[in-house]
Amino acid sequence: MAAETKHKSTVKEPLFHIAKRDSIAWQKAWLIRIAAILLALVFSGLVSYLLTKENPLSIYATMFDGAFGTERRVWNLMQSLAMLLCVSVAVTPAFKMRFWNIGAEGQVLAGGLATAACMILCGNKLPSPVLLLVMLIASVAAGALWAFIPAFFRAHWQTNETLFTLMMNYIAIQLVSFFVYKWSVPKGSGQVGIINRATRAGWLPVLGNYEYLLNILIVLIVTFTMFVYLKYSKHGYEITVVGESENTARYIGIPVKKVIIRTMLISGAVCGIAGFLLVSGTDHTISRDTAGGRGFTAIMVSWLAKFNPMLMVLTSFLLVFLDKGASQVSTRLGLNKSFSDIITGIIIFFIIGCEFFIQYKVQFREKEAKTS
Amino acid sequence: MEQHAEKTAPADTNRGVPAIHLEHITKRFGEVVANDDISLTVYHGEILSILGENGSGKTTLMNMISGIYFPDHGKIFVDGEEVVIRSPKDAFRCRIGMIHQHFKLVDIFTATENIVLGLKEEGRFSLKRAAERVQEISSRYGFDLDPNKKIHEMSVSEKQTVEILKVLYRGADILILDEPTAVLTPQETQKLFAVLRRMRDAGKAIIIITHKLHEVLSLSDQVTVLCKGRYAGTVNTAETNESQLTEMMVGRKVELNIARSEPKNPTDRLIVKGITCKNREGTEMLHDVSFTARSGEILGIAGIAGSGQRELLEAIAGLQHVNGEILYLNPKTNQQDDLRDKTPEQIRELGVRLSFVPEDRLGMGLVGNMDIVDNIMLRSYKKGRSIFLERKEPKTLAEKIIRELEVVTPSAATPVRRLSGGNVQKVLVGREIAASPTVLMAAYPVRGLDINASFTIYNLLNQQKENGTAVIFVGEDLDVLIELCDRIMVISSGRISGIVDARTATKEQIGQLMTKNTAEHSAEEGTAHGSGNEA
Repeated sequence: MAAETKHKSTVKEPLFHIAKRDSIAWQKAWLIRIAAILLALVFSGLVSYLLTKENPLSIYATMFDGAFGTERRVWNLMQSLAMLLCVSVAVTPAFKMRFWNIGAEGQVLAGGLATAACMILCGNKLPSPVLLLVMLIASVAAGALWAFIPAFFRAHWQTNETLFTLMMNYIAIQLVSFFVYKWSVPKGSGQVGIINRATRAGWLPVLGNYEYLLNILIVLIVTFTMFVYLKYSKHGYEITVVGESENTARYIGIPVKKVIIRTMLISGAVCGIAGFLLVSGTDHTISRDTAGGRGFTAIMVSWLAKFNPMLMVLTSFLLVFLDKGASQVSTRLGLNKSFSDIITGIIIFFIIGCEFFIQYKVQFREKEAKTS
Repeated sequence: MEQHAEKTAPADTNRGVPAIHLEHITKRFGEVVANDDISLTVYHGEILSILGENGSGKTTLMNMISGIYFPDHGKIFVDGEEVVIRSPKDAFRCRIGMIHQHFKLVDIFTATENIVLGLKEEGRFSLKRAAERVQEISSRYGFDLDPNKKIHEMSVSEKQTVEILKVLYRGADILILDEPTAVLTPQETQKLFAVLRRMRDAGKAIIIITHKLHEVLSLSDQVTVLCKGRYAGTVNTAETNESQLTEMMVGRKVELNIARSEPKNPTDRLIVKGITCKNREGTEMLHDVSFTARSGEILGIAGIAGSGQRELLEAIAGLQHVNGEILYLNPKTNQQDDLRDKTPEQIRELGVRLSFVPEDRLGMGLVGNMDIVDNIMLRSYKKGRSIFLERKEPKTLAEKIIRELEVVTPSAATPVRRLSGGNVQKVLVGREIAASPTVLMAAYPVRGLDINASFTIYNLLNQQKENGTAVIFVGEDLDVLIELCDRIMVISSGRISGIVDARTATKEQIGQLMTKNTAEHSAEEGTAHGSGNEA
């Protein structure tokens, strides 16, 4: 037995191993998430202190102030939240179908461009309600078209939708650049400026005194409709089956090609609505930056919410809050934009990273009894 | 320390020092205890069978010896020395080699290239010398293999040989084979057993994992039985019999006979005429296949895995393009419909009640991440004009299936991927039967199921047969095919090599038909068709 004891002292089992969890109580899952956020705050506080020698608490107070400090800021926050939410809801049916639509940016731009075109070309020729309707239809059609092209190729020839939708973004950006140049006021300035500033033709009406209220309401309706569509409709069921397994879909007789194209048309159409809201209800102008990277951020929002449109309200709030808060920190403390990126990055890292501990558990080596 | 263990290993065996000894091994996956306090011993010059139903923890246990998993508790001794095996590399150092159920070979490499892949040898490497060594080992144990043949040109049995040579080449003295006969014909199995016996006589310790009783009895010296992750005992093969082993394996006495009734006025239901199909690479998967399936009868399909069974069933189900004719005789209208190249939807619209239990249950028959109700709904969700789903009826049906087929599940809202293999299959078969089909096709419906669940499935198929359904059953266990079916059609590389009466057929006869080569096929094609039409 002497050899055996000697053996034990030199060879040990691994320090820990990782095992997949079968299931986890939702309370425990949320506990892990909250713990992750707290840890993220502590860690980013530490980093900010080391980098800036500022009191971490005051940094967080500044962040909070940046997001909620004044009524104007609250409305801005809600507006940004609504826009991000709208694009996130738009990409969700495609993602649920495991169709990696990276092209929301382009689809939003296409919708926005169509809206702007209507405002410029028939701005003062049509009565306001008709004009708005034409704009809405045009933007939905443009967004849907931008999504249809990659969907059609994927459904019929199995092209890679990730690359295809990504490339469509660049085409949309170049198209917008072209029209911005063409419509620029004054000519050659490279900016369209506020469209119909005097007549406000094609501007989304303002409800009461609240500039963005109508935007926000429209997005909420879209979100709720999408939730019901995905969860309770036959189409939604087909999307889930195609996404989980095309083989099962074919076996059961679901027309896979049709579902792919139909779903992408819907995804693109909602992106078109987002473009409409951005141009007609927010900026009243068009530029290459109209979509503002929301098409990409939306992917994260949608994934974090596990493709549940209702949960996306929370996840898009989180991202918008971080963005507004962190940029306030940068301005207030006279730091550049990179600092707020660092803080946002740290917090998002912790939040996404904690999903690992929800999916898996880490088991440490048990202490050996010292009897031998 | 493993090195030390290796050196002290006695080159010559006496029964005193076990090659492998496991003591109180426990392994958990989450809540599931895959292995609970298991001990076993195997000596050099001995073949040990590990017997147990699917899911009883056989493979998990062996994976701990071969370094894929690490035990939560317990000790492993190799040649009397305690060792810690953390990776397959450690296992090789202990001279342990495992041959997995799924081969891990590079298709475009030769046998030798696959065997030496990843080896670090001293000095200049010579592929020729390696091939000679492979040849030498191969002839020592009586393998039949060309070291320079490419893997993609090999039969399943040859690929298995390469896997075995791979571990022998690395100097393994302890071989573990996971279900080695699952993919072999009866003849190939006999050949493999002869080789294994020769290796045993040369002093190797061999462990084979299996759930087939007759293999255990004909091959091994000792049997260790596992039951639901627990150790159920070890017996000398010479002193045991099938019913004792079954009792140990299942935990209680079971009747091993399948009831078979005489077909009641069988009428032709599905007539397949000369169908031929190619896969994406242009290889012919089915060649001029003709047969008739009759109502009130179970037609078995036997054949080596991948001989065209899947293509055949998928062609009938409307998932595979073929040439030829697939005629369905509608019992209500007495009309003939050609189902060829129709989609599953079009087939349903013709009023054909065709049910299909595919081989790939979670990849084709069901959606793993959806719950039982949503899976039951797959066949019927389109009913009605509303754009919304109607979940009430499917829910009632799901609860009925859970109750009647004794599906073990926390609730009807549990995702099916969380269920065990047997329960997954019950949900799938339950749904397919609920449509009261006139034709029911089932591909390997009992694969991976325990004895109880298997018998539930056999009973369901028999019930369907008695209800007048034409049942087509693709199976791999010839004993079951012979006991359950009325006729057995044998398919060999995409051709029908014979249709036999299951009541008189023997395993050897079917085994021979399974491997009939192509030349014989063309000569006897006419005969095969003839017997198909008259039997």
